[in-house]
Amino acid sequence: MNNIFVICEIDEGKVADVSLELLTKGRSLANKLNCKLEAVALGHNLKGIETQIFPYGADVVYVGNSAHLEPYTTLPHAAVINGLFTEQKPQIALLGATTMGRDLGPRISSALVSGLTADCTALEIGDHEDKKAGKTYTNLLYQIRPAFGGNIVATIVNPDCRPQMATVREGVMKKEIFSATHKGEVINIDVNKYIKPEDLVVKIIERHIEKSRVNIKNSPIIVSGGYGMGSKENFQLLYDLAEVIGGEVGASRAAVDAGFAPHERQVGQTGVTVRPKLYIACGISGQIQHTAGMEESAMIIAINNDPSAPINAIADYVITGDALSVIPKMIKYYRKNSK
Amino acid sequence: MGLKIIVLAKQVPDTRNVGKDAMKSDGTVNRAALPAIFNPEDLNALEQALRLKEKYNGSTVTVLTMGPGRAADIIREGMFRGADSGYLLTDRAFAGSDTLATSYAISCAIRKIKEYDVIIAGRQAIDGDTAQVGPQVAEKLSLPQITYAEEIFSAENRKITVKRRLERGVETVECALPCVVTVNSSAPDCRPRAAKLIMKYKHARTATERTEQPNEYDTLATARPYLNIREWSVNDIETDAKWLGLSGSPTKVKAIENVVFQAKESKKLTDSDSEIEDLIKELIVNHTIG
Repeated sequence: MNNIFVICEIDEGKVADVSLELLTKGRSLANKLNCKLEAVALGHNLKGIETQIFPYGADVVYVGNSAHLEPYTTLPHAAVINGLFTEQKPQIALLGATTMGRDLGPRISSALVSGLTADCTALEIGDHEDKKAGKTYTNLLYQIRPAFGGNIVATIVNPDCRPQMATVREGVMKKEIFSATHKGEVINIDVNKYIKPEDLVVKIIERHIEKSRVNIKNSPIIVSGGYGMGSKENFQLLYDLAEVIGGEVGASRAAVDAGFAPHERQVGQTGVTVRPKLYIACGISGQIQHTAGMEESAMIIAINNDPSAPINAIADYVITGDALSVIPKMIKYYRKNSK
Repeated sequence: MGLKIIVLAKQVPDTRNVGKDAMKSDGTVNRAALPAIFNPEDLNALEQALRLKEKYNGSTVTVLTMGPGRAADIIREGMFRGADSGYLLTDRAFAGSDTLATSYAISCAIRKIKEYDVIIAGRQAIDGDTAQVGPQVAEKLSLPQITYAEEIFSAENRKITVKRRLERGVETVECALPCVVTVNSSAPDCRPRAAKLIMKYKHARTATERTEQPNEYDTLATARPYLNIREWSVNDIETDAKWLGLSGSPTKVKAIENVVFQAKESKKLTDSDSEIEDLIKELIVNHTIG
């Protein structure tokens, strides 16, 4: 009762990264609230699925196994979750802001009459005072998200309704193994108890799913390197920084031509055009062919030895120095200052 | 056999074209500087509805919107592009609604409209980007939902076939009617206004709008009933007040922080530890990272 639930998304027997990221976040929230972290895994042929989930800190995994639950359709999943939540009364429920989570989340919130905040960028625990009603609430979930086209950042709370629900996009939260040997309880749910014949009204008649590939286009943060990085080995620093702050690695054409990075990571006219919220250009001089593909980024940080590099003209922050020494400092101070 | 199609549409501030004057000097949003537009994905939804109307003789397309009086503009806009009629749901009782209270009010209006085969909406509105109202309406009406739709292939023999666009591929699904479909921006753009329809509907008005020039508009609406945009207040639909507006909204906005617009004037930093730590702290505080 009153625990934190993460609804896991399972793709061909593999728990999606976004779900593992939410489990990591859920674990730290559960520690703060002194409650359990519980995961829900619905699908077909899920034997052993819990072994992917426990290392991320779940205390309980509910497994619902049925051919009706794979591939995903809205109503059978909603029926099982609504039934489970009505019995278990979670205080918080988290879902990935994927096509599945954004399809399922509102359906559940509407059925259970609880509040749902979409696409949160941060989740925190805090108190709330409703001055009008003269009420104080402790330990609510702060659901923080950009709104109004990204022009404001709003903190949303659900004072009275449970569960407090939120979706979060992939890559926004950090994925971190809690303990490789952590074990919890597996509870198999009898899904037939919840799924009614009328829930099977949607039939999938065709499905083409492509294998996931590097997709820097949709990444909110891109750490990009140029010829100035010097070597393929030095590019590893960019991967390290990207991993720590939750981004993808991009590259300039010169770096790709020199073999420092594969072509699918190339940003610019002959690569992909990106407009992330943060673009960190490391050792990139800033030829037009490159800047054309990234100049619409919301914020640009340029790290370059050359104080007169053209990239500096479009950068919000210019760090004059060697990327090879600046990047480790960024990693160090991010680790030190992030929660 | 014709289909009765309801399109859910929203008038939104155009957050995509935010210029310098969009933020006031105190850092709050200057709504007056943002033009009010037909939510882009609702136009994609309207196009899918109009294509069904062309395909199945005798079909009708009705635009339903909730908002202030000026939201009647988007009903007219829908008519200029091919919709047959519209409902404006407008009342102070709806003010402060979050997605759940909005979907409750809209579902009550749809119950009152009563006859429909398919409800089509945009996936999400650009002022909130939540993508919640479509599925929440479906739940409240106990209807199945098809989200992330890119193309409605057919809607016959009480079945609809729809192509969905997912993160990593496409899916074609079949569902019994009635149902709710929400449409992506990857679907075809909406057709432009038609000159003939502008002529036909340019005097379409809600009851409140008609009071501005009662002589002219009342006469027109009596002679040509299609010029009457139906306007419903909370009293025209059956609702329970506790689910409406602020009291029906489980989510509350605790705080708003403005993202400060800055001119592209570079800040120059050295590679010293203290300057890099300050930069990282700033990026964390303003939610750029972490």
